[in-house]
Formats: sequence, C-alpha cells, structure tokens
Amino acid sequence: MKNFFKIFSFIILFSGLSLSTHAAEKVEYLKTDWSFKGLFGKFDRAALQRGYQVYTEVCSSCHSMKYLSYRNLAEKGGPEFSIEQAKAIAASFEVKDGPNSDGDMFTRPGRLSDKFVMPYDNVQAAQAANGGAYPPDMSVLVKARGGGVDYIYSLLQGYEDPPAGVTLDDGVYYNKYMYGNKIKMANQLSDGLVEYSDGTTASVEQMSKDVTTFLMWSAEPHLESRHQMGFKAIVYLIILTILVYFSMKRIWSRIETEV
Amino acid sequence: MSDHEYTPKSKFGKWFNDRLPLLTLANHLTDYPTPKNLNYWWTFGGILTFCLITQIVTGLVLAMHYIAHADMAFDSVEHIMRDVNYGWLIRYIHANGASMFFLAVYIHIFRSLFYGSYKAPREIIWIIGIIIYLLMMAAAFLGYVLPWGQMSFWGATVITNLFSAIPLVGEGIVTWLWGGYSVDNPTLTRFFTLHYLIPFLILGLVVLHIWALHVPGNNNPVGIDIKKPSKDTVPFHPYIVIKDGFALLMFMIVFAFFVFYTPNILGHADNYIEANPLVTPAHIVPEWYLLPFYAILRSVPDKLLGVVAMLSAILILAALPWLDTSKIRSAVFRPLYRQFYWILVADVLILGYVGAMPAEGLYLLVARVATAYYFLHFLVILPVLGWKEKTLPIPLSITEPILGGSPNLATAKNKESLNK
Repeated sequence: MKNFFKIFSFIILFSGLSLSTHAAEKVEYLKTDWSFKGLFGKFDRAALQRGYQVYTEVCSSCHSMKYLSYRNLAEKGGPEFSIEQAKAIAASFEVKDGPNSDGDMFTRPGRLSDKFVMPYDNVQAAQAANGGAYPPDMSVLVKARGGGVDYIYSLLQGYEDPPAGVTLDDGVYYNKYMYGNKIKMANQLSDGLVEYSDGTTASVEQMSKDVTTFLMWSAEPHLESRHQMGFKAIVYLIILTILVYFSMKRIWSRIETEV
Repeated sequence: MSDHEYTPKSKFGKWFNDRLPLLTLANHLTDYPTPKNLNYWWTFGGILTFCLITQIVTGLVLAMHYIAHADMAFDSVEHIMRDVNYGWLIRYIHANGASMFFLAVYIHIFRSLFYGSYKAPREIIWIIGIIIYLLMMAAAFLGYVLPWGQMSFWGATVITNLFSAIPLVGEGIVTWLWGGYSVDNPTLTRFFTLHYLIPFLILGLVVLHIWALHVPGNNNPVGIDIKKPSKDTVPFHPYIVIKDGFALLMFMIVFAFFVFYTPNILGHADNYIEANPLVTPAHIVPEWYLLPFYAILRSVPDKLLGVVAMLSAILILAALPWLDTSKIRSAVFRPLYRQFYWILVADVLILGYVGAMPAEGLYLLVARVATAYYFLHFLVILPVLGWKEKTLPIPLSITEPILGGSPNLATAKNKESLNK
C-alpha cells in the first residue's frame, strides 16, 4: 500500500512537472486575482455586469458572441440582471426575423430568447471590414487560448510601441503578449472609455479585468454550479471512502491483519 | 470452472438454472477464489470496467444531443455545454473519462509487465488486452474528432494521412477513409458511427478477457501458481469486492477533481476553435495518452518506416509472452529485470514528454534514443535477461513468506527448477 502511493504520487508529480514546464515556455502574463478560481470560486456579479457593458460598448462592434442569448444575462450564476433589465437590453437591439406571412424579412426589437445580435452578417463581411482579419467569436474565447483568462487580460493591456527594428504593416499593431507580437486589432481600451453606472473608475486595468471576467462566464456559464457540485461530490466521496475503508478493514480482519 | 456443484435453493431457481445457468455464473463470480495477497495495483481491472461503463452511459446521453454534421457539430457541443440540463457535467465526465480510462489502462498494463502476468498460462488474456487497448486508442481518436474543433480536424487529417504511407494503394485508402478528397462531413459521420460501435466491441472483449482470466485465475505479486481454493485464496465476494470498491472510490476522487475543477486541462485550447480547413494550428499534438507513440512516429525520418515503427511499438507487446524468456513471473524475484523495468517506465514517460514538444533539435535526438531503447528493451534485453539473470529463490506458497518460512526457500527453488 505504501509503495503503491509512493509510485502513484511520483507519476502525478511527473505529469504535473511536465505540464508546468510546458507552460513556462510562454511569456509571463500579467496576474490578477480572479474571484472564480479555487474550490469555491464564484463570479463577481458587479464585474460581470461591468464586463457586459464593456463588451457591448467596445468589443461588440466587431466581435460576435453567437452562443449567448439575452436570457442568459438574467440566469443564475451569470451577471444576474433582473428579468426586466434583460428584457430591456434585448429590446434595445434590432433583430432580423422572418419570413412573415407575406414572405418578407423584417426587423423587430429583440426578445430574451434571441441570440446576441452579430455585428456582421457572415465571416466574409467581418473580414472585409477588418483588413482581412476575422475578429473571432468571443463566446468560448478564453477556453480557446492557451493562457486562458490571464492571456486575454494581458493582451488587452499589452500594446506597446514596437521595439527598434520591428516594422509593422498598415493595420498591424505591436502587442507583447500576442503570439508573434503582431496583432490586427488596434488598442481598444483607454482610461475612462466607458462610464460605469456603478461609479467604478474605468481604468484600462479595470475594464480588462471586467471584460475578461465576462468572457470567462460566457465560456463557462455553469462554472458556479460546477464548483458547488464538485465540492459536494468530493466531500461525499471522501466520507464514503473512509467508511468503505473501515468496512474493508473489518472484513479482512477475519483472515488478515493488514490489507 | 466451478470447484463444487452449485444447486439453487428455491425450486424456481433450480428450474431456471437448469435452463439458463445464470445463478451458477453468479455463484462462480462471488465464490471465485482470488489470491489473498493481491495489492492495490490489482484493483485497476475493476476500475477499468467502471471507466468503460461510465464512457458508454455518458456517451449515450451525449449522442442524444450531438449532431454529426460538419456545420453543426461544434454548435451542438456548445448547445450541450449551455442548454442541455447538466450537459456540461455529462460532457466533462466523458471527455475527462477518456483520460482517466487511459491512466488506469497504463497502470494496468505496467502492473502486468512488473508481475509477469502475461506469461503462461495467461497469454490469451494478455493478447485480448492488447486488442482492447488498440480499440481504446481508436475510440479515443475518433471521439476527439467529433467536437469538430481545430485539433479534431487537423488531428484527423494527420492520422488518416498516415495510411498514405502504404505503397501503391495508400492514397486510395486515404480517400476511401475520408469519403472524399479531404477530411469533411462524410469523414465526421463515419467517425461518429465507428466511435459509437467500438465501445461495444470493447465490452464484448472485456467479457472474453475476464472469462479467460477465470480459467487459470489471477496472477499475484509473488507470481507463483497457487492451489484454488486454498488458504492462499479468498472468495471474490466480499474480500476483493470491498477492496476494489475502496480503490475505485479513491480513483473517483481524482476523477471528480478533474471534472469539477480543471475540466479542460487535459484537452487542447485549439479544440475550442471551430474546425477551419484553411488555417493549420502551429503545433498539432494528439491527446496526452497517445504522445509516446506520436514521439516514435516522428523520430523516424521516413514516413512509411515511422508508421511501421509506431505500429510495431504496440504490436510488439502482443509477442511479449514469448519475448520474455524468464520462467519467473514476478519482478520481485528478478533483481535485474526490476531495474530494466523502471528504466522502461522512465523511457515511456520521456517519450510522452518529447511527443508533446516540437520535433526538432535536442527533443528529436532524445526521441530517437528513447525509441531505440524501447525496442531494445523488448527485442534484446528481455530475451537475454531470461537466460542470464540469476533470480532470487521463490517461495512455495503465498502464506510462506509471511510466516517467515525461510528454511523452505531453498527447497522451493529446487522444486521450481525441477518443474522446468
């Protein structure tokens, strides 16, 4: 039994080490405290609401979020806007619908059940409007990038003047966290760009953090219930394991002293 | 199979059992005499059965919501993650379950290697096991393609292209596999069908694997043949059932930790980008459990020979009962083999590590040395060791070393050599 655990922990340690050396090759990302990390991690409700504001006012002019619906904004574990607020948000967007009984397409105000309205009709339109680069859909973006939230958070603050010797084409910008350092998205954030309704100062750092939190939620809308259920499941398993361990001892004591 | 005639007590039981001996089978399974010195490395058989059933059950539910279509597969996975009740839980169990399945199967295989469980009279159990392992790799690869992310698409492209290395008919085979001239919708639909089929093939083989096991009975850490039933054995129920149950619960804690707290750590970020035939990812890497073989594939400069080397690396295991010439099963009594065993473990871990790295410079060199050593171990070291190694005296029975019967060890050794 002792041997077993020694070898088992060795293998776990080895795989842990190889994972971390894997990560260590990349640039050091900016660090911040994320409220959703850890065993009991939860989203900061206010940060999600502010993050949504940054998304709508800044990002959404180019980036779609095709997997989110307006109803999600009012759901538990999300920004938790009230139903009325979410309805009002939805209604502020024009949604293309149809065909109606005359066979015509028409626009109407959005409803809770509608998906987030996309800034472009299709990928080609998005590319044409952005110098050939497609602004990726942001629904699962933090899960689709190696560094996750830390990468997005850093990237938003990573714009710099290019070092001497680096020449940039028109419409290409220098970002120290971007793979290859060249990015087609210009720096979007500047201090005071949005006016937060809750009075928080809209520094670049604050907006980056808020919008990244929002993106984490959009990628993992059930993160809070996952954490809660996980804690319960693991506590349950540990208690059951201990009980089974003692039953095992008891049963084996009929023939052996050691299991 | 059974050591004593079993007769059901009730009249109906007897009537039924005479027609379909299910009760005899149940009785055999509960009474099955098991060596009492089995350690925790032996619990992974039960754990693997649990993994297989978990994959089948979660897979069934996922298949109810998944859409196998190149334009809709990625969206349907996100639909499962967001809108299906507990869909995120089912999918994360299924995705991490594959990794846990391989973790358990590697421990199970390396346990066999250490204790010589593949040796006579258990060769058939071992070969069925290798077939199961091959099917597991096929199922895992096919399953990884289904979410239709970037790694799905490009992984499928790389692996199916391996068949083009076959002379003359290679290109034709690849086109036939794809159902077209590139990985596309026909590829996805057939991969889904096969991914659904293979687990049931595995299930059938698992039944054969256990059936074949129940003929000679379990090997054990001492590696000697034991009389069954005897004071060296315990009935499967309750002794082994509770011990397997305890180990399974410990395993489930690790499993739950991955599912609930780091569900994506074992996957690749690129697979959350929808498949795009026009954009190739910077590094195409398979899942962690295939990395050692990927390293072997890439360490050979020639494509065909690389594929041959990779396949041989797996198929060589099937020949293991004949490559290992030693009559002693357990490494406990083989001081030299024990050291080579741990070198092999390190070798495979190193192959796994370099498999995840770009195939260039030092990594490529290490991969080549490790690949060469892998084959050296099976083709040269094992056969030679069997002839040259001076093994330790083995006890007559399991109870003996516990009772400290050292005077008898010499006779045991003599008896063993007589048996040869």
